[in-house]
Amino acid sequence: MSWLLVFPIAIPFATAVLAYLWRNGAEGKWISLAGSIGSLIASGLLMSAVLREGVIAGQMSNWDAPFGITLVADYLSAVMVVITAITGLATAIYAMGEIEARLERLGYHALFQVLIAGVTGAFLTGDLFNLYVWFEVMLIASFGLLVLGGSKAQLDAGIKYVALNLISTLVFLSGIGLLYGLTGTLNMADLRGAVAAVENQGLVTVIAMMFMVGFGVKAAVFPLFFWLPASYHTPSFAVSAVFAGLLTKVGVYALMRMFTLVFVGDVGFTHEILIWVSVLTMVTGVLGAAAQTDFRKILSFHIISQIGYMTLGLALFTPLALMGGVFYLVHHIIVKANLFLVAGVAQKLTGDTDLNRIGGLYKSSPWLAALFIVPAFSLAGFPPLSGFWAKYLIVMASIELQAWVITFFALLVGLLTIFSMTKIWGMAFWKPHPDGIEPVPERIPAAVRIPMMIPIVGLAAMTVGIGLFPEPFVQFAEVSAAQLLSPTDYVDTVLGVRGMAP
Amino acid sequence: MNSIIFSAGARILVALLLVFSVFMLLRGHNLPGGGFIGGLIAAVGFIVYMLACGTTQAKAALRVSPEALAMVGLLIALASGFVSILFGDPFFTGQWWWVGGDSYATAVVRPNTVLVFDVGVYLVVLGSIVSLACAFEEEV
Amino acid sequence: MESLTAIIVGVLVAASVYLMLAPSFLRFLFGLILLSNAANLVIFASGRMTEGAPALVPEGASAPTGVVGNALPQALVLTAIVIGFGLLAFTLALAFEAYRRLRTLETEEMREAEPVEGGEETRA
Repeated sequence: MSWLLVFPIAIPFATAVLAYLWRNGAEGKWISLAGSIGSLIASGLLMSAVLREGVIAGQMSNWDAPFGITLVADYLSAVMVVITAITGLATAIYAMGEIEARLERLGYHALFQVLIAGVTGAFLTGDLFNLYVWFEVMLIASFGLLVLGGSKAQLDAGIKYVALNLISTLVFLSGIGLLYGLTGTLNMADLRGAVAAVENQGLVTVIAMMFMVGFGVKAAVFPLFFWLPASYHTPSFAVSAVFAGLLTKVGVYALMRMFTLVFVGDVGFTHEILIWVSVLTMVTGVLGAAAQTDFRKILSFHIISQIGYMTLGLALFTPLALMGGVFYLVHHIIVKANLFLVAGVAQKLTGDTDLNRIGGLYKSSPWLAALFIVPAFSLAGFPPLSGFWAKYLIVMASIELQAWVITFFALLVGLLTIFSMTKIWGMAFWKPHPDGIEPVPERIPAAVRIPMMIPIVGLAAMTVGIGLFPEPFVQFAEVSAAQLLSPTDYVDTVLGVRGMAP
Repeated sequence: MNSIIFSAGARILVALLLVFSVFMLLRGHNLPGGGFIGGLIAAVGFIVYMLACGTTQAKAALRVSPEALAMVGLLIALASGFVSILFGDPFFTGQWWWVGGDSYATAVVRPNTVLVFDVGVYLVVLGSIVSLACAFEEEV
Repeated sequence: MESLTAIIVGVLVAASVYLMLAPSFLRFLFGLILLSNAANLVIFASGRMTEGAPALVPEGASAPTGVVGNALPQALVLTAIVIGFGLLAFTLALAFEAYRRLRTLETEEMREAEPVEGGEETRA
């Protein structure tokens, strides 16, 4: 069984090696594509095993937990791995059209696959120090991808991104050190009991805050998000799509894991802070977006505001809220990655991403307009798209708690999201192009256009699918929220079972 | 650095360092040593050579590009973890065999996957450190 | 020993924060290096200090005899040092490349990705 946990991580690594060795020819992109399909199959198998048997744990090298390296998949981990593989496949297809041979020779596909491996590893690991290592794998790959090509704006953005992310990593690492000094273990399942047994709970709360800051920078919550809008609009579109979809969500996932499994001793303090951080994140993100006129910068600020909803789901800490948080996480990855992919096509058609300098997309490319509407309205929370259910669950959770201020802000931010999306719609799609260019699809050669459109269509179809048939997804989110709130299964599987059958 | 003494001495030093690095790699499992430190020593050897004879010649001496070396090393290390699937053990479980002699303790050769992993690490470290040094050498 | 290490960590963090608040990216980078060393020391100290007792198993035995140092934090620190070294090497290369292209490492002047509102004249 433990092998099912290994393949989603090992396949991208092996693909990265092969893609690097064949980076000079046309083989690289096909290797990357094949690897992404392989990861999707592997993560699908993992998912079906988790659905069949509940939490799965594997002890690498046959060293028992809590001493060895543990990989664990519960419902949340499994769904995150699957959604990572889906996003990976979508961007791998997109990259076949967008990424030029120059970037391929610099090792684009290898870095991309290492990034996917790092993200998957972070979702599957059951050990804090390994989480740190996976974060670093992910970071180093993302640094490379961000500055690949080396334009001035990319270098500038890279400096800011690298600097702030390294600080967060070091805060996280110090937190690990202190936690180890306090409890003598770093296995997450083992930590649950060990942290509860610590006499000086004040110290635990201090360490919890260090983790909140460390993960908060990764997740881009208020007031730690400044690296995100400074960098996400500079790399190629495939890169910013996968960044937007996955990287911040790893931070959110880590917050969800640590603040449901380990740091639950002082919920009244830690989660209360998280509530107001979330609300401020939502509001500042959406207001920041209102001030921007660049396609990708608007979307970047919206990542921040949407992160607020997810952490709010965690912070409210009720079954309904967590359920909404999990649902939001999954929905948002699909939608946000898709919006960045659409932005890439729009840029190729009109020649720019500054909304003042582009236009006319609706008239010339109505299909692209329709494909923009789906994720954009889903982001804003229009029924019957996936975003509606995600927002509905979070808002219902806040109403259930009679937290009217939170309900008000959740609804207000949704409204302001519509404002931003209609701004993009009005300026990029509706008004004519200021230079009189007609951005017809034929402006992009078919060999580039087709691989760029396939993932957009696919992800939009998933958004509509989740929106029309939310029942299985909501049920899934419900079970994973229940697992998060009472992780006895998780703890027992990791600690209790010795050397599960391979 | 155009010093005759240095470049003549470097040849001997490089050879010694490379032999020493393999020695370190092989004694690694039960004694201090291993793939990581072995790879570092080998990388130091190449950096000395680079200082003495220039980047181009050092790269030529390595035959393949250092990045490719690191990547192949990663693949070897990864592959060593998959051997245990044949024996029903979890990922990366060390597999040990012995050839010649009556028992493990008296065996002549003891092939194992742990050494293969260390060889992979050796190549990764050697390749990445040398490529890093090349990158800095070319820029400065 | 632990309290001495704790003081060193405190001094390192204070120095790194001071350096990181400087307007030059290079100073920031030096601060980052100090902070990374401080974090490594924290991990090392959290495994408790034992003097002069390396975690080595004597020849012929299968477990260490007597009190030995905690090997796990040492392994963690080694990993963290290696990763930190890799990241810092990358950052240094990035800083060098940025300096070559942008001709500055003053963070106030690095506005390529986020131009100042109002355009060129404010920058010149």
